[in-house]
Amino acid sequence: MTSLDTGLSRADAQNAAREVRKRKVQAFLFVVPLLVFVVLAFVAPIATMLYRSVHNPTVANLVPETLAALSDWSGETLPDDAVLTQFAVDLKRMANDRTSGQIADEINRALPGMSSVVKATARSLRRVDDADLATNGAALLLAANDRWAEPDTWRALKAAGRVYTADYYLTSVDLEHTAGGGIVQRDTQIYKKLYVKTLRMALIITLLTILLGYPLAFYMAHASDGLANFLMVFVLLPFWTSLLVRTTAWIALLQTNGVVNSTLMATGITDAPIEMLYTEFSTIIAMTHILLPFMVLPLYAVMRGIDSSFMRAAISMGSRPLGAWYKIYLPMSLPGLSAGALLVFIISVGYYITPALVGGTDGQMISNIIAFHMRESNNWELAAALGSLLLLLILLLYWLFDRFVGTDNIKLG
Amino acid sequence: MKDLGSDVFLRFDNVKKTYDQKNLVVKGFDMDVQDGEFITLLGPSGSGKTTVLMMLAGFESVTSGDIAIAGKSITRTAPNKRNIGMVFQNYALFPHMTVAENLAYPLTVRKLPKPQIKARVAEYLDLVELSSFGNRRPGQLSGGQRQRVALARAMIFEPTLILMDEPLGALDKNLREQMQFEITRLHKKLGFTVIYVTHDQTEALSMSDRIAVFNDGVVQQCAPPSELYERPVNAFVADFIGENNFVPGRVTSLQGSTAQVQTEGGPLVAQAAEGLVQGQACRVSIRPEKLFIPPTSHAHDNALTVRFNTRIYVGDFIRYYFKMPDGTDIIVKVLNDLSAPEFADNAEAQLLWLASDCIAFPAS
Repeated sequence: MTSLDTGLSRADAQNAAREVRKRKVQAFLFVVPLLVFVVLAFVAPIATMLYRSVHNPTVANLVPETLAALSDWSGETLPDDAVLTQFAVDLKRMANDRTSGQIADEINRALPGMSSVVKATARSLRRVDDADLATNGAALLLAANDRWAEPDTWRALKAAGRVYTADYYLTSVDLEHTAGGGIVQRDTQIYKKLYVKTLRMALIITLLTILLGYPLAFYMAHASDGLANFLMVFVLLPFWTSLLVRTTAWIALLQTNGVVNSTLMATGITDAPIEMLYTEFSTIIAMTHILLPFMVLPLYAVMRGIDSSFMRAAISMGSRPLGAWYKIYLPMSLPGLSAGALLVFIISVGYYITPALVGGTDGQMISNIIAFHMRESNNWELAAALGSLLLLLILLLYWLFDRFVGTDNIKLG
Repeated sequence: MKDLGSDVFLRFDNVKKTYDQKNLVVKGFDMDVQDGEFITLLGPSGSGKTTVLMMLAGFESVTSGDIAIAGKSITRTAPNKRNIGMVFQNYALFPHMTVAENLAYPLTVRKLPKPQIKARVAEYLDLVELSSFGNRRPGQLSGGQRQRVALARAMIFEPTLILMDEPLGALDKNLREQMQFEITRLHKKLGFTVIYVTHDQTEALSMSDRIAVFNDGVVQQCAPPSELYERPVNAFVADFIGENNFVPGRVTSLQGSTAQVQTEGGPLVAQAAEGLVQGQACRVSIRPEKLFIPPTSHAHDNALTVRFNTRIYVGDFIRYYFKMPDGTDIIVKVLNDLSAPEFADNAEAQLLWLASDCIAFPAS
């Protein structure tokens, strides 16, 4: 049929198209504020973090000339005197600018132990006359410390001078570059173990919330409205109290002379107090408590929508109640279960405050190490790399979940 | 009728149920059902009919009394051991299984061999004319198709009894009629016993062998549809089943089963309901389609003078609304043919009917 047959003129079509365009613009205007907010508060910070994990211009900005001179250096022997002299000049300038501490930190990260060497050399070079330095810089540098005579030192400087680097990612998975450019395991294995531990703890917490939350949600979904609402208050109560207060309450309960230990000792179950606080155990138990509502709410919402007739139908057909639950009710409540499990797991993988407060050294998770690098060691690039890796891990898990369970099986209500 | 002797298949013996330990929802329910009967429990919501069904299925406990199938008490039997098929109003088809898997479910839990399950599923899909739908999910079926799957699933394990809890409640009018026909067809063909719960009397009247009318936890009358309609035992049944006019009056004399009643519109002769005594205030029930407006060739024993109020055109029928001198509304249904008369506003009219078509009930 042509447009003539339908009685639709060109002007009509244009009018209709204009109407559609207008609606699209309107719809877009509705979401503009949120879009701007999301870009500023979510996309931009994550992009910055990803960028920072591979981008480190500090050294390149401090000693551009030295790095330019080093670019032709083979790396096998000591660099030319010209390079050494240039670095000596740069070091004096930095000593006077009070930026020598920064370069000391950066080189130290590539080659541990270099911090004091750089700082001491900078101090000694500060007193040297400019003209003297320009001619005898190399000799003065070598005289200041033996380590300047080692090619390793210069390789470290060259490595630290790269603006774009994957080193932080290598560090995040406990690997490092060797002198020859290969990749080997680091002597101290920290982060891989921590990732595994974080995932294991998140998994235990998720399983515990399922174990505690599923029966409760089931009971609530089948209780009368009044009772269900009453119980719902108790599920939501944790949401209405401060996270800090709840975590602190766990400290009061679990500490050596706390309520739990006193009770155990009073009832004669133990003779001496059990160390429960500042362990993995206390982190898991406190986080299970805090994250339980995230499991119960989606489960309850989904179960509420499952009519009791499904179970009754299955039972009337001869199925035992447990069999009917497994074959009929469980698959039907799976959307809520997946939503709750995914929510609890992802939140607990990135959880910070509870492990920080009750975890001690034993119960620390990956986010605590990220915070440590942000606040204590000032290694933002490594923190960014660890954070990016965590993000990647979660995306990977989400992808796996989508593969095997299906995201269309997630339902929050 | 109570004396069915050894033919009794399902027996309710003084079954009572209370939820709150104070009020009885079902007050002493007795009924004998023969093998292959189609019994409908009919009543307004909250009358206890669904509770009876749930007690029979085993999802509600029996407070006192006994339910027996084929002479064996099932009151203490677990619901999954009762071998009773059930059809629910919302179909209760398992959404995560295909139609074929839904049908196979009761056979799978009975651990039948796979080839046998497959054959039986095919047979029952064919029975409900859904052979090509085995691989669909319930969500991809129309309401009528889902209902047929639910029916097939309730029948496939050859239960001793099939319960239907308002199975057609969610369907529109046309589909409902089709499905009524379908259920009746299957019932005739396979000869299973059905306990059917509904609040839709048309459904009940057109499908059942017998109907038990529930009100307030008590069976008011249990009888075949025509008897229920023509010979209701009390005013509730007369009012609940079909449409009825009630003319208030007083019993002047009582001779056997015939009563003379004095009303505002004149004296009437009516069938006397049980418990009617002379001098008592009463209500004479008369169906709208049994009333005739003269001129008519129909025989009549009673005549009532009324005033025309209004008439409503409903297509195949015309409904006339008259008022008696005391204000009681009288409805008359007249076939929409050439004999349907015209009236001026407030015009006086005569209504004629047979004494055997009206029953005098004691006024409550």
